[in-house]
Amino acid sequence: MWIYQKKLQYPVRVSKCDPRVARYLVEQYGGADGELSAALRYLNQRYSIPDKVIGLLTDIGTEEFAHLEMIATMIYKLTKDATPRQLEEAGLGPNYVIHDNGLFYNNSSGVPWTAAYIQAKGDPLADLYEDIAAEEKARATYQWIIDMTDDVDLQDSLKFLREREIVHAMRFKEAVEMIKADRDTKKVF
Amino acid sequence: MSKQLGENYYRKLLELQQLEFALVELTLYLDTHPNDLQALQQFNQLAQQRQQCATQFEMEYGPLMQFGHSFSKYPWQWVETPWPWQV
Amino acid sequence: MNATKQTRDWYPFVGPFDPCPPKYVKTYVVPPNQFIPFQPMNLPQFPLADALRLGTLWPALFSPYESKCRPGEAQKG
Repeated sequence: MWIYQKKLQYPVRVSKCDPRVARYLVEQYGGADGELSAALRYLNQRYSIPDKVIGLLTDIGTEEFAHLEMIATMIYKLTKDATPRQLEEAGLGPNYVIHDNGLFYNNSSGVPWTAAYIQAKGDPLADLYEDIAAEEKARATYQWIIDMTDDVDLQDSLKFLREREIVHAMRFKEAVEMIKADRDTKKVF
Repeated sequence: MSKQLGENYYRKLLELQQLEFALVELTLYLDTHPNDLQALQQFNQLAQQRQQCATQFEMEYGPLMQFGHSFSKYPWQWVETPWPWQV
Repeated sequence: MNATKQTRDWYPFVGPFDPCPPKYVKTYVVPPNQFIPFQPMNLPQFPLADALRLGTLWPALFSPYESKCRPGEAQKG
């Protein structure tokens, strides 16, 4: 079971109303390498992965939901009280027509989220290498979004999320080593 | 109802976020290093600190968790603003 | 912090008929997780306040990144 915490993992500040960047951030909300994909990918892989890495998948999957909420918060703050005209100028006109200010799980080009973004091969190595690749792709996406904004407050939160991808990739690499190790013996490094 | 959040709210929240972040990092680390006794001791010590910090925060600003993991004053505080994205 | 350089440069071929002004150097990031096969125990830690701000508890895993967008340069929203 999951218990919600009524707080963000990291403080999110934005310094201006900026629907243009909000649109780019939607990529990390409902895009292929976004936080929703990440959370669902890891939590779903737990049911076929060897017992010794289930804990890691559970915890990283759970942290991804905290990141999803941070992304939602950024989009919320960047578009709060924006006029339909402002949204339209940012390329969010179609989004406004369908959803008003509502968030939707699609990518920055408006393509709806699909389960095809995430894989479960049932093979531990294949799954963990997909996870490592997903983290590196998300890191790269954060870099490109950071490059698109001069809002230092927003950059700050995005840098935090980017660094988390690096730490997660590190842990998944360690999980690969654990999977590769012969027998269930505890290895001391 | 729109209440004003003072500087104290943000300071307390940040303190909690700092403690909990270290706990997240140590959790992921311990998932792949279950035999690191020193990290485990640090984890338990920080978990205790977090509990104190969270209790204090909740006394002042309301419950952080639902389903019985936090207490509530009267009337039921869970539904009160602000929600995390609003602060 | 991490003494090793975290970026790599490469020099793409420049053709005579490419209309965009050429970039002579391209750069990509190689984060520190690429050089640690399994994190050793007892690595030095950041103080908790810095750890949250930087996104990791361990300096050995920290990877800085700066925006290519200079102040005031971003398109208007």
